[in-house]
Amino acid sequence: MKIRATFVMALRALRRNKMRTVLTMLGIIIGVAAVIAMVAIGNGATSQVEDQIAALGQNVVLIFAGSVTSGGVKAGWGNAGTLKVEDAKAIEREIPDAVAVSPEVRTTNQVAAENQNWFTNIQGESPDYFSIRNWEFAEGGSFSDQDVRGATKVAVIGQTIARQLFDNDDPLGQILRVKGVPFEIVGVLAGKGLSVMGQDQDDVVIVPYTSAMKRIMGVTNLREINVQAASPDKIIQVQNEIADMLRQRHKIVDDHDDDFTIHNQQEFTDAATATSRILTILVVSIASVSLLVGGIGIMNIMLVSVTERTREIGIRMAVGAHGRDILLQFLIEATSLSTMGGIIGIVLGIGASKLLSIFAQWPTLVSPLSVVLSFMFSACVGIFFGFYPAKKAAALDPIEALRYE
Amino acid sequence: MIPVIELQNIERTYSSGEIEVRAVRGVSLTIEPGEFVAIMGASGSGKSTMMNTLGCLDRPTGGRYLLDGIDVSKLNRDELADIRNRKIGFVFQGFNLLSRTSAIENVELPMLYSHKRLTARQLRDKALAALEIVGLAERSGHYPNQLSGGQQQRVAIARALCNEPSLLLADEPTGNLDSRTSIEIMGVFQNLNDQGINIVMVTHELDIARYTKRSIVMRDGLVVGDSAVRERLFATEELRRLEEAHQAVQLTG
Repeated sequence: MKIRATFVMALRALRRNKMRTVLTMLGIIIGVAAVIAMVAIGNGATSQVEDQIAALGQNVVLIFAGSVTSGGVKAGWGNAGTLKVEDAKAIEREIPDAVAVSPEVRTTNQVAAENQNWFTNIQGESPDYFSIRNWEFAEGGSFSDQDVRGATKVAVIGQTIARQLFDNDDPLGQILRVKGVPFEIVGVLAGKGLSVMGQDQDDVVIVPYTSAMKRIMGVTNLREINVQAASPDKIIQVQNEIADMLRQRHKIVDDHDDDFTIHNQQEFTDAATATSRILTILVVSIASVSLLVGGIGIMNIMLVSVTERTREIGIRMAVGAHGRDILLQFLIEATSLSTMGGIIGIVLGIGASKLLSIFAQWPTLVSPLSVVLSFMFSACVGIFFGFYPAKKAAALDPIEALRYE
Repeated sequence: MIPVIELQNIERTYSSGEIEVRAVRGVSLTIEPGEFVAIMGASGSGKSTMMNTLGCLDRPTGGRYLLDGIDVSKLNRDELADIRNRKIGFVFQGFNLLSRTSAIENVELPMLYSHKRLTARQLRDKALAALEIVGLAERSGHYPNQLSGGQQQRVAIARALCNEPSLLLADEPTGNLDSRTSIEIMGVFQNLNDQGINIVMVTHELDIARYTKRSIVMRDGLVVGDSAVRERLFATEELRRLEEAHQAVQLTG
């Protein structure tokens, strides 16, 4: 028996019952389309989160003042008053793999330039901050270590500030007033977009941390220290060294909790990908159920088809078809049904992902692996669920089958 | 010359539970090349079982069956299927064409299961040649529901012929046809037989059996009569007679 002829016969049989064929395929179509679209959404979300996390900088270790304890008493970071500038200097001095260190203070305040004003975030940092966060300058450049030592009144502004306060003018060299203190703008940062939390990262004014502490906030404690490790595999080591050193400096005895919290970038990445992975597993398992239901639908229709076509099977056997020819014919029919459903599902799934990107602005990324897998899975569904009806057809007795009304 | 069919004491017993039904109880029979045989008998006489056995659809429970000199009584399912494909052409009472499948595709069907490797072009040519023999070449694209009963039976005959079988087995081929069409179909059979094709036909109609050359009568699973047909009818003459009678009716009417 020729495979090609069997294919032609199977397709012809499917074409005879177009409505039934389409309805049977629907289960597979919906399942596959759901898998493709959901995986595309999941991938899109993951890659967006990865981009955002990469925007944090490279090999970053963050030390926050205070710590979150399980009792909930010391909830919150940053305002516990336990981190000092000396801690940051000690890290810079004593930990060789901490290649860049930037002490940080932070506040929100009104800023004004000429007759415009804007409520924004004000950060005090060291010049290392820009390299830690991998942040380019659109214009001008960073303030210097000299500026930090002298608590100079200079500032670097983000794109949002440049747009809101200076509109079309060149902000470089202009004066920005923070709490009445005039700062000279020495640099404009390149745009960085939204953070993982959805905040506008370009809505910021960055000044030397000394200036911020003395001239704007009047504080002596740091909110946080940004540290860059020499390489990705040094992150954990740097983290541990910092923890040991800070416990020593803060004289924390063995069984007491830290008065600081250390996070690294990997943790953010892990948390974000774990969330999207759970989502993907959930969606894929729902879609698998749909594929299973589709498979049962195929089996059901194939059983009906075998019964309906008992006479045809008898005729084929009478003129010389072997059992396996009949088996193959029905198996090919079932598999064509499921793979055609799979292909239509793939096309619909990709289409749905594209539509979501265009109209809902959801980031989607169609994964070639999910396309290949769902195609193969749908083919397997056809073989698996088509086998029993096909076997049943092949086992028919030609005399009985010919007599069947 | 090797006989086309040689049956040696064939038995077929059906056992359903406790009860044993002996449908065929020891039939010995030889059919030589070129014969046109009618197997007659009332229902329950065992002629259907004989038909299934001769057609290699069923295996005898006893005795030997030589088809073209090959013992087919001990073959398995697949081997029997191959024998049917190569040696036997079936014509059924209910035509048994595949519905919603064109005449030519119906004729091609046995060749699809053949061991011969034929190209699509060769399939088409052979099927068309077979349709030509039964005079339906110009309707090759028609579907069974677009053809009359007689035409459908001709397609079935063409299908039976396409693999050049040793034996044409017809099971009540005229049972579903009116008398005029029945004579036409018998004409087709007589033509084929004249060209050397062996035909065995099961029928219960006496006048149809008169178109054959030899009639075998069965009763209760045994052959009770086996004789050459006397006063054999010829389809061409019968058709001409019918035509004349028809015209006579028109003239008087």
